[in-house]
Amino acid sequence: MSSPDITPGEEELQAWVDDRLDPSRRTAVEAWLAAHPAERERLLLERRQRAALRAQLQAKFDEPVPARLRVATLQAGVRARRLRRVGAVAAALALFLVGAGAGWLAHDPRLATVAAAAPTAPIAQGATAAWRTFVVEVAHPVEVGAAQEGHLLQWLSKRLGRPLKAPDLQPFGYRLIGGRLLPGSADGAAAQLMYEDEAGRRLTLYVQAARGTETAFRFQRDGDAATFAWIDQGFGFAVTASASREELLPIAEAVYRGLSPRT
Amino acid sequence: MTDPGPLIEPLIPALRRYAYALRRDHAAADDLVQDTLERALSRWSTRRQEGDLRAWLFTILRNLHVGSHRAAARRGVAVAFDEADLPGVAAAQDAAVEANDVLGAVGQLPEDQKSLLLLVGVEDFSYDEAARILDVPLGTVMSRLSRARRALRSILEGGRAPLLRRVK
Repeated sequence: MSSPDITPGEEELQAWVDDRLDPSRRTAVEAWLAAHPAERERLLLERRQRAALRAQLQAKFDEPVPARLRVATLQAGVRARRLRRVGAVAAALALFLVGAGAGWLAHDPRLATVAAAAPTAPIAQGATAAWRTFVVEVAHPVEVGAAQEGHLLQWLSKRLGRPLKAPDLQPFGYRLIGGRLLPGSADGAAAQLMYEDEAGRRLTLYVQAARGTETAFRFQRDGDAATFAWIDQGFGFAVTASASREELLPIAEAVYRGLSPRT
Repeated sequence: MTDPGPLIEPLIPALRRYAYALRRDHAAADDLVQDTLERALSRWSTRRQEGDLRAWLFTILRNLHVGSHRAAARRGVAVAFDEADLPGVAAAQDAAVEANDVLGAVGQLPEDQKSLLLLVGVEDFSYDEAARILDVPLGTVMSRLSRARRALRSILEGGRAPLLRRVK
C-alpha cells in the first residue's frame, strides 16, 4: 500500500497540503513527491499559501469581540425586536386610526375641540413617542444610568425646574435603569426615567411642565403602549408601559404618591 | 434549556474571522456575525443538542452570506458613499493582487471555493464537516479544494484569475 511507486491521487495530495494524512500514507506520499519535484513544488507552494492565509487572518481572530456581538447583548436585542415587531404593527394601526379619526373629526368641529381639550393629551403623546423610541434601544436606553442616580435626578430637576424624585417601583418588579432629557413642548424640556423588570420589559415615567389645572388620571392606549397621564402643580406626568390598564394603574398611583412633594 | 452564552462566545472570534474573509469589510463582517448569532439564538431551543455547535454556526453564517449576496445581486449592490472608489482606482485595485496577499486573492474566487478554502484551510474543519456546511458531497469537496488551490496559485502568479472578473 505504501509503495512509493503508486501515484497518489489528487485527493491524497490535497490532504497532504492540509497535513491530514495518517503517518504511513504521509510517508508514502512524501516518498513519491521526492521523486516528482514539479508536483512537490506545487504542493509546497499551496502549503505556503495556506499558511499565509491563516497568518493574514490571525489578527482578525485575535481582536477583542465588540460589545454588540456579546450573547447577552444580542439576547436583549432579540427580545426588543420581538417587541418592536409588535410595536410596528400596532403603530401602523394607530396611525391608521388617528388618520381615520382626524378625517372624521374634521367634519365635526365640536368633537375636535373636545379631543384637543384634554390637557393630558400632549403629555401622553410625548410620553408614548419617547417610550417607543427608547424602550427598544439596546445600546443606549438611557443617557445617564441608575448608578449615578443622584446626579441624574439633580440634572433633570434643574432642567425641568422642578425637584424630581425617582419613585421606587421595586414592589412591582421594576427597577430604575436611568433617564434622559428630551425636547418637550413649548413649555420646555421633558425628562424620562426608565425602569426595567426581570423579563426586560421597560416602563417609563415622563415629566414635563404643563399648563392646565390638576386632572385625574387619564388612560390612553396607543398600540402596545399603555399610558396613564395626569397634571399636577404645573407639571404633566405620564407612566407608559406595555401593560394592561389593570397592571398599570397601581403603578401610576405609586408614582403619583412617590412624586408628590407633600409626602 | 442550556444558556447559550458560554457555549457560543468562545466561537465568536472564528466566526468573525470567517465573516471578514468573506466580506472584506470589518463592519459588514460583524453585521453578518450579528445576524448569525441572532438567528442561532432565536433557534436555540429547537437546535438538535447532539449536533456540533461550531459547524451549525458556520452553516448559518455561510447561508446568510450566500442568501444576502443573492438578494444583493437581484437588487444591485449598494455601495457606501465612501467606499465607492473613483473608477481609475477601482480598476487598479482589481488588476493587481500583491504576490503575498493571499486573502486578496481568495477574495477573487467564487464563493464556493472561497468558503471551502477558509473552512478547511483556516478554520480546520474536517473534509466531512466542510461538506456538510457547504451541503455538497465529500467528493465535491475534494475536487473543489484542488480547483480552488489551483485558481489561487494562478491569481497569485498571474495577478488575476482567468474567467474571473469582479463586477464593480
